[in-house]
Amino acid sequence: MRNAPAIGALVLLVAFPLAAKHWDQLFYVSFASRILIYALAASSLNLILGYGGMVSFGHAAFLGTGAYAVAILMAEGVSSAWVSWPLAILVSTLFALVIGAVSLRTRGVYFIMITLAFAQMIYYLFISLRAYGGEDGLNLAARSRLGFGLDLAGDLTFYYVVLSLVVGCLCLMQRLLDARFGQVVQAIRDNETRMEAIGFPTYRYKLICFALAGGAAGLAGALLANQNGFVSPNLMQWTQSGTLMVMVILGGVGYLYGGALGAAVFLVLEEALSAYTVHWQLGLGWALLAIVLYARQGVAGLLAGTAAGRR
Amino acid sequence: MATLILEQTLNGLQFGLMLFLLAAGLTLVFGIMDLINLAHGSLYMIGAYLVATVVRATGSFALAVLVAVLGTAAIGVLLEVTVLRRLYARDHLSQVLATFALLLICNEIVRIVFGSQPVMLSMPNALAGPVQLLPGFYYPAFRLAVIGVGLAVALLLYLLVGQTRAGMWVRAGASNREMAAAMGVDVKLLFTAVFGVGAALCAIAGAMLGPILAVQVGMGESILITAFVVIVIGGIGSIRGALIGALLVGMVDTIGRAFLPMLLRSFLSPAVASGVGPALASIAIYVLMAAVLFWRPQGLFPARA
Amino acid sequence: MHRAILSVALAFALAASAQAADQVKVGFMSTLSGPGAAIGIDIRDGFNLALKMSGSKLGGLPAEVIVTDDQQNPDMGRQIVDKYIKRDHVHFVTGIVFSNVLLAVAPVVFEAKTFLISANAGPSLLAGEKCSPWFFSVSWQNDGIPEAAGKYMADKGFKSVFLLSPNYPAGKDMVAGFKRFYKGSIADEVYPRLGQLDYSAELAQIRAAAPGAVFFFLPGGMGINFIKQFSASGLSKEVTLVTTAFSADEDVIPAVGEPMLGIYNTGFWNHDLDNPENRTFVAAFEKEYGRLPSGFAAQGYEAARAIDAAVREVKGKLEDSEAVRRALRANTFKSVRGPFKINHNGFPIQNYYLRVVERDSKGRITNRTLSTVLKDHPDAYAEQCPLR
Repeated sequence: MRNAPAIGALVLLVAFPLAAKHWDQLFYVSFASRILIYALAASSLNLILGYGGMVSFGHAAFLGTGAYAVAILMAEGVSSAWVSWPLAILVSTLFALVIGAVSLRTRGVYFIMITLAFAQMIYYLFISLRAYGGEDGLNLAARSRLGFGLDLAGDLTFYYVVLSLVVGCLCLMQRLLDARFGQVVQAIRDNETRMEAIGFPTYRYKLICFALAGGAAGLAGALLANQNGFVSPNLMQWTQSGTLMVMVILGGVGYLYGGALGAAVFLVLEEALSAYTVHWQLGLGWALLAIVLYARQGVAGLLAGTAAGRR
Repeated sequence: MATLILEQTLNGLQFGLMLFLLAAGLTLVFGIMDLINLAHGSLYMIGAYLVATVVRATGSFALAVLVAVLGTAAIGVLLEVTVLRRLYARDHLSQVLATFALLLICNEIVRIVFGSQPVMLSMPNALAGPVQLLPGFYYPAFRLAVIGVGLAVALLLYLLVGQTRAGMWVRAGASNREMAAAMGVDVKLLFTAVFGVGAALCAIAGAMLGPILAVQVGMGESILITAFVVIVIGGIGSIRGALIGALLVGMVDTIGRAFLPMLLRSFLSPAVASGVGPALASIAIYVLMAAVLFWRPQGLFPARA
Repeated sequence: MHRAILSVALAFALAASAQAADQVKVGFMSTLSGPGAAIGIDIRDGFNLALKMSGSKLGGLPAEVIVTDDQQNPDMGRQIVDKYIKRDHVHFVTGIVFSNVLLAVAPVVFEAKTFLISANAGPSLLAGEKCSPWFFSVSWQNDGIPEAAGKYMADKGFKSVFLLSPNYPAGKDMVAGFKRFYKGSIADEVYPRLGQLDYSAELAQIRAAAPGAVFFFLPGGMGINFIKQFSASGLSKEVTLVTTAFSADEDVIPAVGEPMLGIYNTGFWNHDLDNPENRTFVAAFEKEYGRLPSGFAAQGYEAARAIDAAVREVKGKLEDSEAVRRALRANTFKSVRGPFKINHNGFPIQNYYLRVVERDSKGRITNRTLSTVLKDHPDAYAEQCPLR
């Protein structure tokens, strides 16, 4: 079900680390893993924001709960990925269910504010957890254990594991959006009153969508904890939620690859620009402003304008 | 113990009134123009930097405040006319992102001009000492001045919005923008004026809080979120709501920070209590907001009919 | 597509530059923004002065120093150090100001078998059982300076003391060190959040507790605000302030001004210490930067000199880490602080001095050294370190 550019990108992503290893630039493999993880996080936000029309300003909280789940389990001696990663997804899904249940009763700006508030509450909660580092954060003793002879400590192995998981999640997302559930959610985004009038339980659909996005973010968080070897409450600050939103907008709200493209563009820009100047955020600010004012569809939208993109 | 409670009450009042200065501008902009403005904290930062610069150049705090108020209002009006005007018709997400972009731009420009290090801003010498309020109880003169300024501004806003024709237009705009425009209110001018006044209030808050906290890049972010919580609690578009909300939040936060660790210390170690206490106090204002939204989804004093 | 081309091009460029192996690469990561910025800037200035004085060379080899700002953020610090090690292949990491940032990056540096030379933070966690052969400090272990303060207050007979320290590893170390030598009554202990700037609540608590004195550790901007607000609150009539050099040095004094006069503080160094190295250093610093150096600047200066001495000792053979370690341990340079030895856990054995803030003969508000409170003092955790 993929189109040509997507397959081309996939081939590149598979070949890239082998080339990097050949030229002894393993740092860029690590960097690419980071991009992939944020691609997953941004895509999960795109699910609710772009396709669901729910502007959540607290999405970083689910990233954080997933990351902390892995870190806390590691600190308590549980290092198997088969235990901690599913648990991270589960924990984040549960948090999302609870937060969504309360927040989705509100609309518009109140929804934005209340998701923000909940994210801040979780942020302060983790700051108060002195046993797990509190504000200073928590080091992970090692990366999660996968077994099967796969050692995640190796940058290449880790990259391929992340790549497979992210590609898998994007495939799942596509299936979801094409299925009845996804169609209903998008219809709710377009006109909730009409869907309600037809008889759909809109609240339930939105809540499930919200919870699924939270779970996906939790997986991204688990991978991020492994990538950094370190977690801290900073992961959950509202400015991080803002960054995720920026990624989605940059990439293209409501396009399947919007989150992934946005994350890639953002992180590469940050890396390239910050080598030149400390003030790279100025350029980012102008770019973002320009996009919001003039190019609402983001990078994916621009690409879709030139080729047959998917919406 | 009595002086402790009195002192903490004054502290809460001081913090609450400063929050009010920020929240008043924010709630008007949100209520009348339906604009979520994340760059509001940046205006506060610009105001503080202007005060610090003028004080360093001339030594006069009063002059600095005047220059900062006028300067920030001018910058606010400029922003409104060039960028923000295009966002009124857009959805909230676009507004959030565009003003977030402005926030980044402002931060970087300030960093380029002033550097990353905090800029020194001291209290004016006349107010740098303590004042004896009760026998044996001293309170910093500057903080009393802050309370005074806050109350004066609140009174001024009340008179302006409640008793003048312009205020009537503002209230009409907040209540029902289309109807107000249909009734002949010059909506464009009104919007620009409201934004300018909001920016001026930010500058005053920056001048008052700068000497107490620090004038540094990013100083607007932390207080911005609290200001949003205040206006959601108080009711969007309502100055009265902003005042009550700000005082509520100010008191809850201060009392929480002051007394929760003390309370927790009775059954936890001091280090743990000091970590959990402020964290719980910070959560308290969000719990307050969630509760208000649950019980009265439009806030305590909604302006909209 | 574009990303792949970019990375290939970069790979070629970097591969080309990697041929120049005969240089010393130092990753200098410090806090250069926010309330702690003055400390990081001082350390960097001291480091750069030493570099300049040795002709941009360390141990005779050309030096490449990569300076980055960690923004007082352990997350950011971790990413920066990752880059230093994986992309830049540095030989030494130094410059870190805050203990929480240091503890976040230390495991990465140690695992990469790279030396971490602390020019400031000295967490107790790295001084005892978890000591590392890759860690060296040219500053102090966190407990040392407050231990001197505690001894001073015990000797002076202060009856009741209120403790104020931020809620992070160094903050806890400072209180632990103080309590090790001060055995009188503690009126109260309060741990504000790191970076907190408004002390109205804490001042109210101090007023209510009515102690004879307050011992506080509030680095950088935190201390500046506290001292200013303290003097505005009227408490200075009844309560004496005692602190560490971190809140009473040349980075704080210009910001606070007259309210600093009379504050007693303890430190490991002062610009008026009378030895030839110090006189050279202070004169050069004043000439280069137009201000008196703080203890932080001295630390940065010593970090560069320590690296310089070690590289010179191993004659540039940086691949032989054991030799570098022996050289660092032997510390073959004369320190500006007077007597200075490195203990087996990598931390210094040195003197701690009592100072007071006064006007000097030129009318400047600055510190004057009064006495030596602790002599040739090792840190309290060295015994637990298994290294020898």
